Amino acid sequence: MTPILQLKGITKRFPGVLANDHIDLTLNQGEILALLGENGAGKTTLMNILYGLYQPDEGEILVKGQPIKVSSPTDAINAGIGMVHQHFMLIPVFTVTENVMLGDESLKVAGFLDRPTAAKKIKEISEQYSLEVNPDEYVRDLPVGVQQRVEIIKLLYREAEILIFDEPTAVLTPHEANELFDIMRGLVKKGKSIIFITHKLREVLEVADRIMVIRRGAVVGETTPAEADMKKLASMMVGREVQLVVSKVHKEPGPVVAAVQDLVVADATNQIMIDQISFDVRAGEIVGVAGVQGNGQTELVEALTGLVKITSGKVTLLGEDITHATPRHITKLGSAHVPEDRQRDGLVLPFPVAENLVLCTYHNSPFAKGVILQYDKIVSTAEELIKDFDIRTPNAYTQVGSLSGGNQQKVIIARELSRPIKFLVASQPTRGLDVGSIEYIHKRIVQKRDEGCAILLVSPELDEILELSDRIAVMFRGKIIAIVPSEDATKEYIGLLMAGITPETIEKPTGKTVVETTF
Amino acid sequence: MKKPDLEKQDAGKVVLQELTDSPSKKNHEKKSFWMSIRIPILAIVTGLVFGAFLIGVTSTRMYAAFGTSFGAGIAEFFKEIATAYTALFQGSIGNPSAMISALQSGNQVAIREAFNPFLESLVQSTPYIFAGLAVALGFRAGLFNIGVEGQLFIGAAAATYVGYSITGLPQYIHMPLAFLAGALGGALWGFVPGILKATTGGHEVINTIMMNWIAFRFTEWLLSGPMNRPGAGGMPISPLIQPSAEIPKFFQSPIRFNLGFFIALFVACLVWWLLFKTTWGLNLRLVGTNPRAAKYAGLNIISITVIGMVLSGALAGMAGANQILALNHSMALGLSSGYGYDSIALALLGNNHPLGVVLASILFGTLRNGATKMMVVSQIPIDIISIVQAFIVMFVAAPAIIRAIYRLRKPEKEEATAVFLSGWGGGK
Repeated sequence: MTPILQLKGITKRFPGVLANDHIDLTLNQGEILALLGENGAGKTTLMNILYGLYQPDEGEILVKGQPIKVSSPTDAINAGIGMVHQHFMLIPVFTVTENVMLGDESLKVAGFLDRPTAAKKIKEISEQYSLEVNPDEYVRDLPVGVQQRVEIIKLLYREAEILIFDEPTAVLTPHEANELFDIMRGLVKKGKSIIFITHKLREVLEVADRIMVIRRGAVVGETTPAEADMKKLASMMVGREVQLVVSKVHKEPGPVVAAVQDLVVADATNQIMIDQISFDVRAGEIVGVAGVQGNGQTELVEALTGLVKITSGKVTLLGEDITHATPRHITKLGSAHVPEDRQRDGLVLPFPVAENLVLCTYHNSPFAKGVILQYDKIVSTAEELIKDFDIRTPNAYTQVGSLSGGNQQKVIIARELSRPIKFLVASQPTRGLDVGSIEYIHKRIVQKRDEGCAILLVSPELDEILELSDRIAVMFRGKIIAIVPSEDATKEYIGLLMAGITPETIEKPTGKTVVETTF
Repeated sequence: MKKPDLEKQDAGKVVLQELTDSPSKKNHEKKSFWMSIRIPILAIVTGLVFGAFLIGVTSTRMYAAFGTSFGAGIAEFFKEIATAYTALFQGSIGNPSAMISALQSGNQVAIREAFNPFLESLVQSTPYIFAGLAVALGFRAGLFNIGVEGQLFIGAAAATYVGYSITGLPQYIHMPLAFLAGALGGALWGFVPGILKATTGGHEVINTIMMNWIAFRFTEWLLSGPMNRPGAGGMPISPLIQPSAEIPKFFQSPIRFNLGFFIALFVACLVWWLLFKTTWGLNLRLVGTNPRAAKYAGLNIISITVIGMVLSGALAGMAGANQILALNHSMALGLSSGYGYDSIALALLGNNHPLGVVLASILFGTLRNGATKMMVVSQIPIDIISIVQAFIVMFVAAPAIIRAIYRLRKPEKEEATAVFLSGWGGGK
């Protein structure tokens, strides 16, 4: 049987970079092919070539054995190739129907839009592929998972045969991701073919029929979920042995570094985001904050770093009351902050790496004398940090925005961890990063703990929390509903807590401390 | 004080990065420098070519020549262009043969006259430099200051008042004092939209435009009321400033070349130093580029926004002060030929960098100055030069046109336009 899609010898060069090096790829009808690789390995470039956004320097594309030329997304769509982008291409104030129709409108006489026909077709598609969605709802009112379904419907509406999913789970909760996998399996059962781009190992093993691994622009191997395991895939991807779990020795924590008492934070509309939270973090321990995103973690981090106004309660750092202190004062006391969104909060993308590496300290000696910046000092410090933290950048003057996500995060880690800090607030420090970078950043955080730093780690990735934390605080609807020592924590137990099921109603997994409940 | 050479080189590299603002994946500063200036340079060339075409096709003499023969028409087309651009060159730079013979003769007066067109171009560039710096500094701080024209008027009024009302001061005190009064007036006019933006979120584009109208009517009232020249017969014009407040000229009339140009260059250096060498400048640029990261880094966004607007207004006020103290010596309503609006184009052309702004301003001043001579010699309306300027700015704002004409490869980012977009709150 002719494969539905073949790429032969695709090569793409950017100035100074060989993004794709003679890549061959075959996709059979009715299969899910996972394209696995680190960030910057060339997966997305390859798919953008297939989708007509880039032109290859060499190589050809064959659909059902016929060579085709894809010079724009329109060509791709006409050839039956559709792409679900990582960032959705939807218009929030339009309904589902309008979004799906956009660019392929069915019209009535005199150019009026024929919404009912389109809506009917959408209904049919959503029933056929079990993609539940209401065509009349506005996209802005839909949860992210459903918005993604709308993107898929858009492709099916245009009769796409080959569906490309670019990092589709990056924006989804674990539950939504599982739903997406069901949808993907349903699609291939009905004869569609899927290319699934990702760097998450578990997902690949769960959903793919075949796995192709790309490293530095070239195919380094092909395997199947039956033959491979996480460790094998990780080493194929990174090109060396990878420690998936950072080794960490037990350590008695020291004195309390940061303490939070009855903290309440309300947002601009007076909604309580954090409701009477109390906890402390001791020297030499990592306290993990687990919870589904949007349960107050962001506000907690901002309250501890002085970025939001605290409504009531008290926060102390090293004995000093910092409830109403400015971010700069808190930094000065020896606190560091790895922000949740590195590009929005943590970096100034058009600025050079060097300036980003001193973002919180450039006004201090030795980086400034009075008001005059000491660029020689800034640059030499930056060069040291680039070496120490293995930041892959051409030089200290390169714009941070042109680095890969992992290296951008390393810039933040280097900046925050290289200071003599006593307290670190790390919010999603490995968000969107590949295994190699995750391993590195985890090591650095544990190293900081071993040096006696108190660390508050916030992450929606339960694995990360379980792996690194000494104690785990679970947040639900603005409250901490339990603080569990990591020895007592299992994934299932914390998962239940994250869903808001209070400890009183759960049997503890160790079985030692069963709490009696009466109904 | 150790290894001074290395330090200098490092500083130079940083400057170059700031200047070019373009991503250099490799250590290719020279290449990226060319990448960043090629669009403006090609835009200027293309603008002049388009202008030449317009001069040709709007020439009545050409159509008359076509009446006799096709060849004569073509010849006349190019002759017209040659005449016009020769006049433009001689009017803005000077006549090279006259310059040489003047130098050979050694006659001081002849030399001054031969070089006057060039000097006059610098005189005309001076207000552009101040005003362009005002917009560029605003952009760097994330502020789209459209109110330069109004700030210029208020600055001029303040400088005029200090210039004529205070008497008995020596020039080395009175002139700087009047000049600073101008800066202060502009700063005050910038402060209002600045504080409105910082505290209420009112967009500076709207508020600076409104402040322009207030400034125009307010100065009109001042000139016909409290600051009216006695015996002006109801004309809205101020008294003449004291000679001690004048910015000194280097030569006798009619050569207007004066210290103002060098003050402008000095201020440009000062702005460059402030923006790229001090923590204050880094604060401004941080807030302007990523206010969220600025807050994260511990900056006070409100006060820095206000400072940005105040400094921008002060620079605009200097443009007004310069016009009064160096050239007009009294204030009337025809003070500005739209410097405040042209300055937005200058900031764009100069990529919001002080050096770029100075070069762009000299270009605009030169074109303006030459246009007058061109009009006299070849009866070509001065407006052709406005069209050339408009073309240049358009090509810089829409670099895709230039890239299409010259088949250039697209760089990874277009910084200049990004800055302009973020002015509308896109970056916030």
